[in-house]
Amino acid sequence: MMITMVQAINQALEQELARDPRVVVLGEDVGVDGGVFRATEGLFAKFGGERVIDTPLAESGFVGAAIGMTALGLRPVVEIQFMGFIYPAFNQILSHAARLRNRTRGRFPVPLTIRAPYGAGVKALEHHSESTEALFCQIPGLTVVVPSSPAEAKGLLLASIRSDDPVLFLEPSRLYRAEKEDVVEAPVERPLRLARIVREGNDLTIVAWGAMIPAALKAAEAAAGVSAEIIDLRTLSPFDEETVLASAAKTGRVLLVHEAPRQCGLGAELAAVIAEKALLSLKAPILRVTGPDITIPLPRTEDLYYVEAGRIGRGIRRLMEF
Amino acid sequence: MLFEKFDPLRGERLQILDPTGRVVRRDLEPALSDGDLRRLYALMVLTRVADRKALNLQRQGRLGTFASSLGHEACQVGAAFGLRPADWAFPYFRDLGLYLTIGFPLASYYHYWMGNEAGLTSPPGLNLFPLSITVAAQIPQAAGAGMAANYLKKSLAVLATCGDGATSEGDFHEGLNFAGVFRTPNVFVCYNNQWAISTPRSRQTASATIAQKALAYGLPGIQVDGNDVLAVLAAVGEGLDRARTGKGPSFIEAVTYRMGHHTTSDDATRYRDEAEVKEWAGRDPLDRFRAYLKGKGLWDEAAEKAVMEKSAADVEAAVAEAEARPAASAEDIFAWTFKDMPPRLAAQLAELKSVPGEAGR
Repeated sequence: MMITMVQAINQALEQELARDPRVVVLGEDVGVDGGVFRATEGLFAKFGGERVIDTPLAESGFVGAAIGMTALGLRPVVEIQFMGFIYPAFNQILSHAARLRNRTRGRFPVPLTIRAPYGAGVKALEHHSESTEALFCQIPGLTVVVPSSPAEAKGLLLASIRSDDPVLFLEPSRLYRAEKEDVVEAPVERPLRLARIVREGNDLTIVAWGAMIPAALKAAEAAAGVSAEIIDLRTLSPFDEETVLASAAKTGRVLLVHEAPRQCGLGAELAAVIAEKALLSLKAPILRVTGPDITIPLPRTEDLYYVEAGRIGRGIRRLMEF
Repeated sequence: MLFEKFDPLRGERLQILDPTGRVVRRDLEPALSDGDLRRLYALMVLTRVADRKALNLQRQGRLGTFASSLGHEACQVGAAFGLRPADWAFPYFRDLGLYLTIGFPLASYYHYWMGNEAGLTSPPGLNLFPLSITVAAQIPQAAGAGMAANYLKKSLAVLATCGDGATSEGDFHEGLNFAGVFRTPNVFVCYNNQWAISTPRSRQTASATIAQKALAYGLPGIQVDGNDVLAVLAAVGEGLDRARTGKGPSFIEAVTYRMGHHTTSDDATRYRDEAEVKEWAGRDPLDRFRAYLKGKGLWDEAAEKAVMEKSAADVEAAVAEAEARPAASAEDIFAWTFKDMPPRLAAQLAELKSVPGEAGR
């Protein structure tokens, strides 16, 4: 069925709620209203307020509460309304959710999924456009997942909810309704920790995720005479080094693309791993096309910040001309 | 009924035993068997002996930085005494008496404070969430456990404890608010020991009591004498009953005093008056309860000697057991990061182990 990413997320949530009574959904406006992006639409009517829970406006409160729920065997799915509002919950995520399995030697795993729309490109108001995934990729024990299409969103969200580790599931809001894709009705997981080769090529490797995947595809199509391979990292932490390194070794040129700021962005870690393990395969320096290290501007000038296909295309040319 | 009788907004505080051990509210004396009364005292003694031992071990370099529970014995034992196996506890870092009261192995408690994660592991079937070091994070967690209990239609109570410093944290307020909104089966007990490291109670809040904060969230709140184990036990007992019978959450402020330093890394003489410490020493929770037991004819010198000897022996056995446990291995510190170790961690573990002398220490 051709559906949008929001519909695919909704479908995954509905199917997991139906399949597993331990799954509950909670957050701000997720119940009666169906979520500000409608990702939880219809779930309250179908599963009731006990399982689709409108909470007080308190991110640390409901992430903390969700952690406590896991002690009694529940598998909560929390919605953070926008990633820009996740920071009050940072202590609960870093010091508790991601850490409890280790600090109790497995007695208290935290099968919690935290969903949050993120990223720029939708001309949203302040604090609604940041990409701060790298902040979370340094947290041991936390899995960070970003889908890049409706089918990906459904399969990866199913896997995230079923994971026995805490997962931060970041949904590129730019892609929520950008395109429809044929998504299988059945609840079929897509694997975590495994990157996906979106486009095969021999001249250069683009590693990206989320909303940068359609942009990279557009750039690759436009780059005449260049055979670009595109890797959708999908799970940002812990990421699939093997697929990235194999592609880097094959093409010898690597372009790392993210809309997050460059400094200490995940591109930095990817570049370091490639430099450590595949340096002698490289024909050109590793190149990053990213957001600049500035506060993301408000909508009128957002385009100056945003990484579009044109910037990625220029990166491709620079690499090929090196 | 206690929650209705003692209004924190009018400065009322529940006390059943005065500092000399005399019963001041005969009508509120909990109906406990003689055996339970002796057990209460024995647990407080064990807490004190185990606490003192931890401080000594720390000085000898055999245990890490430690947060002493000295002076909190009535709060901690009184808070935990009424818990049943189906109930849950979400404690914080100064809760030795709670741990001992619900049957957590003292050897494990020492093992943790000796610097080993494995010591935090609750034995199977013991519904004890690991103590929270970050202040107040356990409050919304406990509220969530209460929400889960409601959803699962389980008749149980979820106890969470915290100090007075925690009441300034956002999580404290968010957690109480969740408990009120979702009518969770929680009992929150704040050990108001007057000090958060060097910050006095007066710098935490301008509220006349901490108990009254609960009222704003729709929870009944009560202030009790935290050095009177019967007062703590009675109020918490009522809260636990309320929780188990669908009457929702409640809050207890147990007024006590931190007789020791914040931790072994702290020097409280830098910021507080010795006279204040001396004054509180005269309200010792063990002296008070022992006097009560003697007055009831339930205690004598022989019983005291026996419980001291038994506590000392139990503590020595726990220390020996904790010290005999192996330190975590290189595998241990990697293995519990994720359910399945990713290749990246496996490679880092192999790297660590490849250096002679680095791994397996």
